[in-house]
Amino acid sequence: MKSDDPQVKWIEEPQLGLAGRMYLPLFVQGLSVTTRHLFSRKVTVSFPEERPEIGNPLIYRGVHRLNKDEQGRVKCVACFLCATACPAHCIDIIGVESPWPDREKYPQSFSIDELRCIFCGMCEEACPVDAIELTSLFDLTGRSREEMIFDKEKLLSVYDQTKDAEPMKSKAMGGTAT
Amino acid sequence: MLTDLPSLVNYVFAPLVKIALVIAGMMTAAAYFVLLERWMAAWVQDRKGPNRVGMPLTKLKLFGLGQPLADGVKFITKEEYTPAHVDKPLFIIAPISILAAALAVFAVVPFGDVLPPISQIPGLDQSPIPLIVAPGVDVGMVYIFALSSIAVYGVILGGWASNNKYSFLGGLRSSAQLIAYEIPLGLGILGVVLMTGSLRLDNIINDQANSGIWNCFLQPLGLFVFVIAAFAEAARLPFDLPEAEQELIGGYHTEYAGLKLLLFLVAEFLHMITASFLIVILFFGGWHFWGITGDATAPITWLQAILRIAVFSAKIFGVILFFMMVRWSWPRFRFDQLMALAWKVLLPLGLVNLVAVAVMVEYQEPLVARFGSGVYWLFGLGGWVVLIAAWMIAALVSPSHDDNRPRRPQEFDIEAELYRMFQNKSV
Repeated sequence: MKSDDPQVKWIEEPQLGLAGRMYLPLFVQGLSVTTRHLFSRKVTVSFPEERPEIGNPLIYRGVHRLNKDEQGRVKCVACFLCATACPAHCIDIIGVESPWPDREKYPQSFSIDELRCIFCGMCEEACPVDAIELTSLFDLTGRSREEMIFDKEKLLSVYDQTKDAEPMKSKAMGGTAT
Repeated sequence: MLTDLPSLVNYVFAPLVKIALVIAGMMTAAAYFVLLERWMAAWVQDRKGPNRVGMPLTKLKLFGLGQPLADGVKFITKEEYTPAHVDKPLFIIAPISILAAALAVFAVVPFGDVLPPISQIPGLDQSPIPLIVAPGVDVGMVYIFALSSIAVYGVILGGWASNNKYSFLGGLRSSAQLIAYEIPLGLGILGVVLMTGSLRLDNIINDQANSGIWNCFLQPLGLFVFVIAAFAEAARLPFDLPEAEQELIGGYHTEYAGLKLLLFLVAEFLHMITASFLIVILFFGGWHFWGITGDATAPITWLQAILRIAVFSAKIFGVILFFMMVRWSWPRFRFDQLMALAWKVLLPLGLVNLVAVAVMVEYQEPLVARFGSGVYWLFGLGGWVVLIAAWMIAALVSPSHDDNRPRRPQEFDIEAELYRMFQNKSV
């Protein structure tokens, strides 16, 4: 678009008043803003000693967990919907015939490469039985790449670790699964 | 001459002690002001700031007071990389000259008033000990001015020797800025010098302490001009164009690393500290504070001496806090605005202030003799009237902003243009 295009609408800004031209009112304004912030509450925390407050843990997208049902069994039915939905291809499932009568399959192994994961939460959305969920744990560290591939036991232990603080989202958020 | 003990003490020992104290004190102060600057930056931005580094080898954190030490160690142990394309001798001379000039300024700057004579040592001079490295320099103000001009050399040498376009642009900008702002700075000082009749900084303080009227009350316009020019001379925001990192990476010290960079950074902080000293000495009465620091003419006691140093330091600290607050309150000036401010606003304002002060000095004695010292209230009022009137006129005549927004293009009529050209030619 050229500048002499009749479509271009030219706006004239109002002239600065005396206060604006004298600059000092702006100076006082700027200084009052900085002074206010100088004494205001700080938003950063001393991290390892203090934990930042997470607004709503139920919708935070941190480390994954694999939920268990009432009998302590893994809820996953190895339907592969999460692995299909995953845009980063970080979920690896080996599904085998289930030993329990209420489902056909269960995951013999279930591993998530946390280094590859982009924490988009699409696995959680895709899961039909609310077996995989994202917790509010955010500071995951490890010494090797292998260590950061979380297997089924690890993901179930994350559930044990976080189940008291964060109830299963399905119930809290009015989901369908039991 | 230097054979007997008193002269040896007076001319060799005492100055050496003072020099050691000043250099060590200034270096430490600069280091801790860096920490303070970082704290202020953090607090203004709602952060906590550096609060981790404490005592070495212990778990004590001490609110991060070990940070300057860690920064110093970092700078010294860092690889001191010198690019291959630089002009080596000039590259090395630049930071040394700027730091040497910045430190040498403190030879004539007082740190307080005087200390009482130490009478325990027999045979010594029984006069009070002035808290200046070189007491009695009659051209103190000129000396400071001369040395602060040398800072330009350091900057432009650094920019030139780096052989880098960003460094060079930074150096050019800085030299233009420092030279432009020396004139309003000098005009601000001139008002005070005219009032006091002396170029000695201790005389300027004593004059204000004796009358109890600080110069900031009598010539506020001079204060404004001087403070703005001092900000520009110290290259602090909103005048930090020499190292505007968004445009020039690091400005004139882009190519420097390690210890040489440290010299530049310390010199910059020393410029700010010098500016704070001068603002306090010239306009805020130096060590004087009503009712606390005692009579300036009476013999001094230890308590008073220490109180005066404390008052002086507190004032300087306040000015430095102001410097640091301003850094986060205001955006940077554009370069043409910076130059317009110096030449079109501050220079005339400085001249107006000089004329006002000259009028005040001329009519001071007869008026005080006739109406008593209440005339100073009138002078103070007059000073503020001059400030507001001159500032307003300057704002209306040459506003520091100019409109460079795009405009609707005018219709270009080739025939009319040709006709106009033809007409001009025929005339």
